[in-house]
Amino acid sequence: MTQGRFVRLAEQGRAPLTLYVDGQPVTAMEGDTLMVAMLATGRVLRTSEFGDGKRAGFCLMAACQDCWVWTEDGGRLRACSTPASAGLRISTNQPGASWPTAK
Amino acid sequence: MADREINPRVVVVGAGPAGVRAAQTLLAAGIRPVVIDEAARAGGQIYRRQPANFRRNHQALYGTEAARAQAVHDGFDAIASAVDYRPDTLVWNIADGQVWTASEKGYATVAYDALILCTGATDRLMPVNGWHYAGTYSLGAAQVALKAQACAIGANVLFMGSGPLLYLVASQYVKAGAKVAAVLDTSPFSNRLRAAVDLIAQPAILADGVALTRALAKAGVPVLTGVTPLEITGDTDGGVNGARVRLADGTERHFAADAVALGYHLRPETQLADLARCDFAFDAKTRQWLPRRDPDGRASVAGVYLAGDGARILGARSAEVSGRLAALAALADLGRPVDPLTLTHLRRQVASYARFARGLATAFPWPHEQAANLPDEAIVCRCEAVTAGDLRRVVNETGAKEANRAKAFSRVGMGRCQGRYCGHAGAEVIAACANIPVEQVGRLRGQAPVKPLPVAIAPEGEE
Repeated sequence: MTQGRFVRLAEQGRAPLTLYVDGQPVTAMEGDTLMVAMLATGRVLRTSEFGDGKRAGFCLMAACQDCWVWTEDGGRLRACSTPASAGLRISTNQPGASWPTAK
Repeated sequence: MADREINPRVVVVGAGPAGVRAAQTLLAAGIRPVVIDEAARAGGQIYRRQPANFRRNHQALYGTEAARAQAVHDGFDAIASAVDYRPDTLVWNIADGQVWTASEKGYATVAYDALILCTGATDRLMPVNGWHYAGTYSLGAAQVALKAQACAIGANVLFMGSGPLLYLVASQYVKAGAKVAAVLDTSPFSNRLRAAVDLIAQPAILADGVALTRALAKAGVPVLTGVTPLEITGDTDGGVNGARVRLADGTERHFAADAVALGYHLRPETQLADLARCDFAFDAKTRQWLPRRDPDGRASVAGVYLAGDGARILGARSAEVSGRLAALAALADLGRPVDPLTLTHLRRQVASYARFARGLATAFPWPHEQAANLPDEAIVCRCEAVTAGDLRRVVNETGAKEANRAKAFSRVGMGRCQGRYCGHAGAEVIAACANIPVEQVGRLRGQAPVKPLPVAIAPEGEE
């Protein structure tokens, strides 16, 4: 499916910005969270380390930690509480590690 | 230290309605509090603010609560520079009379003479098979997406669960132009009639609630009560494609949807009260452990005060009142003069909101019986994909019937959300499996850090 998961209902006149998800450019808007930037065009944020499939976040209030994504240098970001910024390069897979060796 | 005797340091954690009113009350009494908030902008979750470059007005964002939201926002903006305001800052531990914080600036500790915890609430969740599929969100999440980001969580959203938020968020979605597949409430309609005796304590809020259900019906949204969720359907790659439920008349039905907003009212965020070593007591009405506090918000530990939904789920209006009360209690305990008539007046208001909340608990009960009926393959812990069967095996094979012991064996409650979304359901699964009352299962202890910390930040210093 190519359609995004989230549907924008208002506030569409904001300035655009471009970030990169797994190397692909994604157009978002200033004021978007990273999660909205990724899910307005995509369907998922990450893959569960426990074999139960794709995840797209859950609580949107920085409590569940289901929306972790990674910067290309391995930094962990909580997509629901991180503002999208121009030029940000995101990986939906944790670079160079898999649970439980990653801390 | 001598300075602290003259100018005691009061720390307020949280800048939602309770924290804002507490901070204002302290400032008015001549104390400059430290206000620590995890969010970038004050307001809390229910009055959560959109980013500065968004244009919708308060009426569009908060509906009937627009004036109250505006008053809380304006109230805080007016004092933000007069208090020691620390936004974007997580309190991750409380120990040795200090709060331990983390922010992009670094780690820090702040010693306190009085601590007012206004930590708010998160959604209370009962698992349903398939709730780990991408596209299932908490009800609160569905509301945050709309309020803070002007988005719907899907193109066709199914609302399932119970509680006032179910109707509020569904109607907000309709109003904003989103497609709502249906509203499926697990509570039987007859409960509302039994609840009327308490709900009448707040006639205006009750009328708003009734108006919401009318608006949904008018918009042609199916609203069904007495529904039993059976599974959220979909697959591990594509995510949610609907939900299968049993209707009140016993028939099964599938509702198609590409997103599900799921929740059963709210639960207080009590981890910090726990770390501050406050006593808890079991609340039989809502089947959960809550920190003890006196009518003004004093916890069992001297110098610690609890206000807002972080103490009891009484709603945002009550939070404004209990925030003021907790600040007045702290002021009284610090030897400052406090008007007893004001206290009486505020206590009476909180008591009325508490009666209304009791009515809500009658109308929209936590569906604990669902835990016993969860299929073994249903995931209870979304963090680490631990199933109901895994948890039952631990109970049956190791005899672990206490929440923390069962957690050690099963890892339910040990994942990155630290039991926020599985803790209550996990306790019910254990209780049903072991055939004991849920209060005997106990509660998951709060652990520091209360949220995962970034590792790459430096010490900021002690104060």
